[in-house]
Amino acid sequence: MTRYIALRLLQAIVVIAVMSFVIYGLIGLMPGDPIDVMVSSNPNLTPDDARRLKALYGLDRPIHERYGAWAAAALGGDLGYSRAFGQPVLSVIGPRLLNTLQIMGLAFALSLAIALPAGVLAARYPGSLADRWINLACFAGISLPTFWLALILMLIFAVMLNLLPAGGMATVGAPLAGWAWLADRLKHLILPVATLALVNIAGYTRYLRAAMIETLGEDYIRTARAKGVPERVVLWRHALRNALLPVVTIVALEMGVLFSGALVTETMFAYPGMGKLIYDAILGNDFNLALAGLLMATLVTLIANLAADLAYAWLDPRIAYG
Amino acid sequence: MVDVVLGERRPAAPGLIVLRRAARRPAAAASAGALILLVVAALAAPIVAHLLGSEPDAVDLLGRFAPPSAAHPLGTDELGRDMLLRLLYGGRVSLAVGVSAALAAAAIGTVVGLVAGYRGGRTDAVLMRMTDGVIALPLLPLLIVLAAVDPRKLGVPAAIADAEYFSLVRLVPVIAMVGWTTVARLVRASTLSLKTRDFVLAAIAQGAGSWRVMLRHILPNLTAPILVATTLSVGAVILLESVLSFLGLGIQPPQPSWGNMLTNAQELIGTAPALAIYPGLCIFVTVIACNLLGDVLQDAFDPRRGGRLR
Repeated sequence: MTRYIALRLLQAIVVIAVMSFVIYGLIGLMPGDPIDVMVSSNPNLTPDDARRLKALYGLDRPIHERYGAWAAAALGGDLGYSRAFGQPVLSVIGPRLLNTLQIMGLAFALSLAIALPAGVLAARYPGSLADRWINLACFAGISLPTFWLALILMLIFAVMLNLLPAGGMATVGAPLAGWAWLADRLKHLILPVATLALVNIAGYTRYLRAAMIETLGEDYIRTARAKGVPERVVLWRHALRNALLPVVTIVALEMGVLFSGALVTETMFAYPGMGKLIYDAILGNDFNLALAGLLMATLVTLIANLAADLAYAWLDPRIAYG
Repeated sequence: MVDVVLGERRPAAPGLIVLRRAARRPAAAASAGALILLVVAALAAPIVAHLLGSEPDAVDLLGRFAPPSAAHPLGTDELGRDMLLRLLYGGRVSLAVGVSAALAAAAIGTVVGLVAGYRGGRTDAVLMRMTDGVIALPLLPLLIVLAAVDPRKLGVPAAIADAEYFSLVRLVPVIAMVGWTTVARLVRASTLSLKTRDFVLAAIAQGAGSWRVMLRHILPNLTAPILVATTLSVGAVILLESVLSFLGLGIQPPQPSWGNMLTNAQELIGTAPALAIYPGLCIFVTVIACNLLGDVLQDAFDPRRGGRLR
């Protein structure tokens, strides 16, 4: 087990190292560079000045040297300054990451709360009317463009019914405290979380249904039923526990999808999270911030994957660790 | 010919069986019908433009947000452009990008899956870890970076990089680069089982090289999984194209696409909700039709399922 964990950790480190180089290279291919940005905002700089500045900051050196310098600093905890915020990148990312984890966590919990019963119900009676409706709803869910779903929810609940705020994280300038403050925050979370959850519910339900149908065909389920175990116990204890195993892996793999969804949702609802931060940083030529944000997003997904792998090994005693 | 397959003849052509099984599902007929209708409508866009006597780019600032009328069956947008024409021309772009990027992704995925499955061992391990890595990544932020890359820094001449069609053409490799994983996994799984079959062993025994075995003997038997995975990924690709265009990084205006038609919709949602509804509905219908069709094909190709209701 220790060996297995060590191997997986090593793998994750390799992936993050490769990704950091790829992302570093891609960011370098985006239009302009930091000195171009500086020149465009200062008419007193001559092309000679720009060349000297580029040499001073090492922008004329080959990419692997620049990457090496950046990586060495990054390993020491120095990810540079954000141009747009005028602050160290890490202190910009910190609070945003928490906001995103909040929205992702809530959406994830909501997705599971709906997908579990829906998947079990569909698998209990395959081909039934309920199953067919759930199946169709799932297809609708995975086919919905997230940003359009956000638009439609906004149109219905914010514009037409005027029930919920169309964006932001809290009512601006409202002197709220205690429960009123919490209620205000929650009201702002409803639409983004619902948007993010709806797309995921569909995927999770489909995986769970497929896994449940397979599990329900196993011999031990027949044995349990023959022994007279109540159907409720067979479904929720005997079958679901085993059906959840493959689902755990897929759900963890989908963390990247969840994050992509969060990017769209945050941008649509002007919610100050990581996704919106990365999007704004890329469009605004905030190179350090974009780089660090993308890496942080990758790291979060990798950690989720790693956790799922370990959970899988822990949940399923049949797995031998190589 | 060595390629004659002995003892594998079936009573009816396999394609026919698949079609018959698929036709028994109402979802399949509805999806195929919707897709055919969309494609025909997109192809007929110039004819419709001629009939309406208008162009998709024709701005009419006096006729902004016009309600549906004989001249503008779906009304006009914030610049007074005809909504129906923009939807049809946008559909051409979205469908073209969707199909070509899905095909490009299928090509990459097929090569990766074939080589991984056939070679096995270390090659397989490396390729599959790579696939897992790509699947686990937060793709949208990466796609945004890829779409923001300056083609001039990659040595693309400025004349081409600034051309109107370039935003359309560049989306294909960008999306294909991240969309090949589903096909790769499915092709690998099928290759693993095919490579132990007698006809493959016979080809190897006759001295066929590994590329010949892969391309002549295994690849033709992979039609089913590749077709299924490609149909499913057309839907996924159209979703990606629409979100990139929506965020301003895909198809560039004034060229319409279903995604970029929604870019301004958010600000106008209070005044002109129709602008937000039509393009999204087009995306949704296309994607769900592709997904349902892919699912039906998957069932129909799977002999274990025998076309029964799932």
